[in-house]
Amino acid sequence: MAAGAGRYSAVRLLKEGLLGNRGWGRAWRDPVPRKGYDVIIVGGGGHGLATAYYLAKEHRMRNVAVLEKGWIGGGNAGRNTTIIRANYMLPGNTDFYRYSIDVWETLSKDLNFNVMFSQRGHLALFHSPAERDAAARRANIMRLNGVDAELLDREAVREKVPHLDFSDDARFRIEGAVWQPRAGTARHDAVNWGYARAADEMGVDIIQNCEVVGFLNDAAGRVTGVRTTRGDILAEKVGVAVAGHSSRLAQMAGVGRLPIEAHKLQAFVSEPIKPHLDCVVAFAGIGHFYISQSDKGGMVFGGDIEMYNSYAQRGALPVVEDVAACACQVMPSLGRVKLLRHWAGIMDMSMDGSPIIDRTSVPGVYLNAGWCYGGFKATPASGVCFAHLLATDTPHPVAEELTLGRFERGSTIDEKGAGARAWLH
Amino acid sequence: MLRIPCPYCGPRDHAEFDYGGDATVVWPALDDTTEAWVEALYFRDDPKGPHRELWRHARGCRLWLIVERDTVTHEISAAHPAHPGMADEVTAQSQAETPSA
Repeated sequence: MAAGAGRYSAVRLLKEGLLGNRGWGRAWRDPVPRKGYDVIIVGGGGHGLATAYYLAKEHRMRNVAVLEKGWIGGGNAGRNTTIIRANYMLPGNTDFYRYSIDVWETLSKDLNFNVMFSQRGHLALFHSPAERDAAARRANIMRLNGVDAELLDREAVREKVPHLDFSDDARFRIEGAVWQPRAGTARHDAVNWGYARAADEMGVDIIQNCEVVGFLNDAAGRVTGVRTTRGDILAEKVGVAVAGHSSRLAQMAGVGRLPIEAHKLQAFVSEPIKPHLDCVVAFAGIGHFYISQSDKGGMVFGGDIEMYNSYAQRGALPVVEDVAACACQVMPSLGRVKLLRHWAGIMDMSMDGSPIIDRTSVPGVYLNAGWCYGGFKATPASGVCFAHLLATDTPHPVAEELTLGRFERGSTIDEKGAGARAWLH
Repeated sequence: MLRIPCPYCGPRDHAEFDYGGDATVVWPALDDTTEAWVEALYFRDDPKGPHRELWRHARGCRLWLIVERDTVTHEISAAHPAHPGMADEVTAQSQAETPSA
């Protein structure tokens, strides 16, 4: 068992407070890799850690290691804009993201770690009669799939967020919005730490600074382990959850090419300001922009990817300009707010804009990839479904459509209808 | 900002261009197998390093270019017209302009 930080509670907080906070201990161990494991998860991001947690919790598989080349949550899990929503329209996505919200709702209690999941609602604006029709269709589809959604008119939106641009000469007049009350945000780092701590407590080894550099196979081609910068580690099964580098790992594992391209996406945070926005606002269609306010007060926002293949975790200025223009367009009061930081992460842009949780052509190698811009909100469901696949070799009921084979069958899940151009999803 | 050396317009900001994706894709014959089409349509090398890619100088000469760019450093090593005949013409022209020894 783990060294263990023990259970977190209000009583414990009070006690530690009185005793000078000397008794907390580390939240997860720093183990030396064992010779082998039943399952190795490559990638210590949210999805990998969640997968390990559900393997241990739901499937009693505790001889599990998570290998992370840097530090856990140092990739996209710590670089996103923390938005959680389920406004999808196509079979394959609808059930999956609805289920993810269900898991989010009990996650803090389940992990005994406050992931600060805040169901502050998601407001997707529309600006024209045609967009209203599309929004009504989307809201109806969401409701038919059991996801909460309301179509709001201009006045109802004004009541929620009066400081959006409601002026008569606004370039894009706000006509209304799709409102999803159960959507919201969570603290991304807390999600990683919560899953890591809970998985570690059940015996999962979380091994940081351990980069996978190759795969080990038997004569029949089945995977038998991985080569890492900390030596060879044996495993019955290897789950790859390295969004941003999925193509690289898949080619290293002998799976071959994937229907994925790496593209970079920037995110932004402003200086902290007083409470200014108590829900998530999205502006999509004409531009692309989404914003919320963190509990620290920073306005957290983002826009489009940069539209060219890249593995560089740094953004360029045209997108900064575009996102800043959108910010001033949607919420003119942000005009004089200073940008504090911006950064970029590498997205697994899949060829239809939807993810992949599936087995691969190499026996024993499993793939969790292709999350495009949307991986954070999927973290709990992705963990549950990938763990289910790794443990049982059958897809979880809500992830049955998220296969690699869908491209061959012509049954892509293309929400945007953008076709096989990864950067347009 | 990338600076793409358009063979016709000179070095220009990438904001003048539209991206066209992987230029190494070879489209199969119309009557080729489904597998060949699936491979060409959906599957990509997605290299970390040198990448041959298509860009269209949409806010310039409007021509499609093949650009060789590194996906980590973003360094651009070459840009040619995507049309093979025009590429040959550009090459011939630049050779003609080079003073002979």
